[in-house]
Amino acid sequence: MSIWEYANPKKFITTTERVLPVLWAAAALCIGGGLIWGFFFTGDEVRQGSTVKIIYLHVPAAMLAINTWVMMLVTSLVWLVRRHHVSALAARAAAPVGLVMTLIALATGAIWGQPMWGTWWVWDPRLTSFLILFLFYLGYIALWEAIDDPDTAADLTSFLCLVGSVFALLSRYAVNFWNQGLHQGASIMRAEAVIGTDTQEKVSNIFFYPLLLCIIGFVLLFVALVFYRTGTEIRARRIKALMARERVEA
Amino acid sequence: MMPDLGKYGDTVMSAYVASIVLLVLLVVISVIRGRHVRAEMDKIEKRVMGNG
Amino acid sequence: MRDLRLALRAGGGFGLGLAFFLIMTVMVPLSVGPQPDLLASIAPGVLWLGALLACLLSLDRLLALDWEDGSLDLLATAPLPLESTVTIKALAHWITTGLPLVLAAPVLGVLLNLPLAGFKWVVISLLLGTPALSVIGTFGAALTVGLKRGGLLMSLLVMPLYMPTLIFGAEVARRGAIGMDVQTPLLMLAGISAASIALLPFASAAVLRINLR
Repeated sequence: MSIWEYANPKKFITTTERVLPVLWAAAALCIGGGLIWGFFFTGDEVRQGSTVKIIYLHVPAAMLAINTWVMMLVTSLVWLVRRHHVSALAARAAAPVGLVMTLIALATGAIWGQPMWGTWWVWDPRLTSFLILFLFYLGYIALWEAIDDPDTAADLTSFLCLVGSVFALLSRYAVNFWNQGLHQGASIMRAEAVIGTDTQEKVSNIFFYPLLLCIIGFVLLFVALVFYRTGTEIRARRIKALMARERVEA
Repeated sequence: MMPDLGKYGDTVMSAYVASIVLLVLLVVISVIRGRHVRAEMDKIEKRVMGNG
Repeated sequence: MRDLRLALRAGGGFGLGLAFFLIMTVMVPLSVGPQPDLLASIAPGVLWLGALLACLLSLDRLLALDWEDGSLDLLATAPLPLESTVTIKALAHWITTGLPLVLAAPVLGVLLNLPLAGFKWVVISLLLGTPALSVIGTFGAALTVGLKRGGLLMSLLVMPLYMPTLIFGAEVARRGAIGMDVQTPLLMLAGISAASIALLPFASAAVLRINLR
């Protein structure tokens, strides 16, 4: 049994819709459980006080913001090579999810940094990279919306995703280079080190397990949302096709 | 019940509220559109395929 | 031969781009104040931003003319491969828009109180970077060529793609102006330009073919 069987729209829908209720429930449990555990049952961190609790939202959202784009890149390539509509529609469905995840990462990142930096926004490399990623998502979604013919739209947005991925990666390096040239005050560097490396930082076990639960929950939510939304896109496409058929037969 | 968030109370709460609101909005909007499209499709399928 | 002439048609951005560059340079002191020190510190970045926006403005018509009068279809089926056509289009855009901006930049730098050391680096960075802007812009123009009001969407799509070039280009100009070492951003800028020129035309041609279907 190969994954390509699910490239068939009908099979995709019937299979995913059987799994969806479980996915939604599992996502809710993991996110709810993880957040409750982290919020109520873990202590504060030495330097950051209770703001460390924001980690349970910021890290999963940031991870998904990036991985959604990676998924879109893969599905775009699959569309370009194998012309499976489900793949193209999955990319379209995932984009708004990635957009919201990026927004959450930005909001939590900025809010988390505010007590350290004293301002609501700082052009630190990480936040700036996510802001640029946000713009990439916006452009991608806008292009889908602008083009009538579904196949042309799928092709053009796939190319945008491809080229965009290269430049998004370039931006990451450019932005890191761009900010290190500034004279950074000690406070900024500390906050930078905290937020910039929170995923690699040796997070003590107390924080790690609730965080892991939240990450799992976010991933489950992502899968559920993409399955559900792709089902919506498949049906929307079918509606267009049926309406065209109606007009021809009339 | 509420942990002592110290001086960062507003910070943490606003981060949580903002994120949860965004997540809920995302799910709700996806489901509302999904329901609408599914109903549309059932309706049009009945119309086009029904007269066969 | 006719195909070559068609390929070289760049939509006439020449005067428009320069005029925009000048106007923006005038508006910056009007908006941030005329303090010479302030202007001197932001001059390299402002010049880069102005050049970038002027390039962006003139991309709109790069392919639109050919799309409208059918020459694009001709070019696609011509013996000249579409990848080459697209590269020539980008070159034409650079010659008519990018290059004049590079030459105008030092003059406008005077208006912005650009430090003496900065003149050389503004010109070098723009010279290296504007080709990338033309090539990347051509990709954006190809993506939106079929759309009625594609201009604004094209800008939204192209500007994130411009960011690495802008960052490194402006870094060269800024560091050069204050006497810092420019080696790293200069290499990155040259690398981005070279890679874009070599690789993007393939994507641009593919996208044009999709739109011409």
